[in-house]
Amino acid sequence: MEKLLKLLSENARYTNEELAIMLQTDSQTIAKKIDELEMKGVICGYKPLYNWELASPEKVSALIELKVVPQAYAGFDDIAETIMKFQEVESVYLMSGSYDLAVQVVGRTFQEVAMFVARTLATMEPIQSTATHFVLRRYKDMGVELINDKKDDRGNISL
Amino acid sequence: MIDYKKVINQNVLDIPMSGIRKYFDLAASMDEVISLGVGEPDFLTPWHIRQAGIKAIEEGKTRYTDNLGLLELRQAIADYLKRRFDLHYQSESEIMVTIGGSEAIDLALRVLISSGDEILIPEPCYVCYNPITSVSNGVVIPIETRKEDNFKLTPELLQKKITAKTKLLIISYPNNPTGAIMEKEDLEAIAPILIKHNIFVISDEIYAELNYTDKVHFSIASVPQMAERTIVIGGFSKTYSMTGWRLGYACGPKELISELIKIHQYAIMSAPTISQYAGIEALNFGDEDIKRVKDEYDMRRRFITDGFNRLGLMCFEPKGAFYVFPCIKITKMTSDEFCEKLLSSQHVAVVPGNAFGASGEGYIRVSYCYSIKHIKEALRRIEQFIKL
Repeated sequence: MEKLLKLLSENARYTNEELAIMLQTDSQTIAKKIDELEMKGVICGYKPLYNWELASPEKVSALIELKVVPQAYAGFDDIAETIMKFQEVESVYLMSGSYDLAVQVVGRTFQEVAMFVARTLATMEPIQSTATHFVLRRYKDMGVELINDKKDDRGNISL
Repeated sequence: MIDYKKVINQNVLDIPMSGIRKYFDLAASMDEVISLGVGEPDFLTPWHIRQAGIKAIEEGKTRYTDNLGLLELRQAIADYLKRRFDLHYQSESEIMVTIGGSEAIDLALRVLISSGDEILIPEPCYVCYNPITSVSNGVVIPIETRKEDNFKLTPELLQKKITAKTKLLIISYPNNPTGAIMEKEDLEAIAPILIKHNIFVISDEIYAELNYTDKVHFSIASVPQMAERTIVIGGFSKTYSMTGWRLGYACGPKELISELIKIHQYAIMSAPTISQYAGIEALNFGDEDIKRVKDEYDMRRRFITDGFNRLGLMCFEPKGAFYVFPCIKITKMTSDEFCEKLLSSQHVAVVPGNAFGASGEGYIRVSYCYSIKHIKEALRRIEQFIKL
């Protein structure tokens, strides 16, 4: 199971047949396992990994640190659930350390992201402060190196 | 004008410049090649091992070491061999550190061969044994292993080639180029013959960790009465992806190691010190790295074997190293022709099987030291090629 998850996390587009060969089983077994993982919610989606620098139109993203006053009974959950509803928001994490929520926001321009933070997030009552960090360059994302243009220095042939 | 041919040692002149040289030059010079041709890992040396090398430089560990290698490293090798393969060697006298497994092979052959000795070399095999044997005035006696035997050395094949002059057998399993392994029973079957005829063994076990069966690698030195007549050669290149560090070792009876060290101390002094420190780190803290890399190779192995079988270029199941050895006889081409045409028409580089001995004719060696994505593209091109 662990190996299957690893392979899918490297490339979710492997066919069941290819996965079966690599994991020494048959494709029906793979299909069944993937179904199970999807049903349980372990696998909750498949998305391509973009290099936005090369995509058009380009997109910008930012990591927003939020300090939040936890609410009675609900703690951080209510505010997190409110924030995650916005389509600009890619991810929301509750963090240990010097701030509480880490929010990844994606927009078309720096201005658009900044305005979303200033107008929408900063004005929410439980939010004490925000700090916006724009992503300037992605070197590696989800385990994939995005700027790897190195040639194979082993050459083409050796015994 | 100097006639250099008259100056050069005849044994060296006699080393054939093989016919595939042209193919190699062509492959090396071409851009945009999808290669499955290299015999070294695509992984980089694990970072903690590289750091140990960096630390050694920072700390100024840049002098010669003991000729045998750092005692700490030899001790780590002894512990490692015991832990992983139940092999028992004394760090003080039965292990020496060399510049890659290659130097160890060279030394062992030079020490054991006297002029005219016959050296048995099962083929297909790695390319260095024959020329070094010849340069040392040994007589190469090839033993052609067969696909029907899963490219193992069988007692029958061995027996047929033994004469009064037979001195030595060189075995290398897991094998480059075939991916064959020899298991405990296979080695136990040939050992009595070797003992009976007083034949020594150089066992090149550079791929020992890349054994994809549910058993661990078994060394011929583990067969009773064999350790005393065997030099086991190992190294860091394939196990820890450390090809460029040039670090290996030879283990054997102290009466032999003490002779190997004679040549080593004059020709080499000591293996690179920085690499030796990195080697200590690898052996002591690298077991997890071995597992991670081996799991990855194993998946690729199944993928590529299946791929070739589907194309009708049948591979026997390789159980070790990182090569597959598909048979290309159904294409009615020779290995050389197949490789040259594949390279020029589809820009895919693989190695003709005959580069590893005459019995490799009709096969190609394909390395899977490449990502699945890369392998998939190469297989797609090979399919196009054989369809034409």
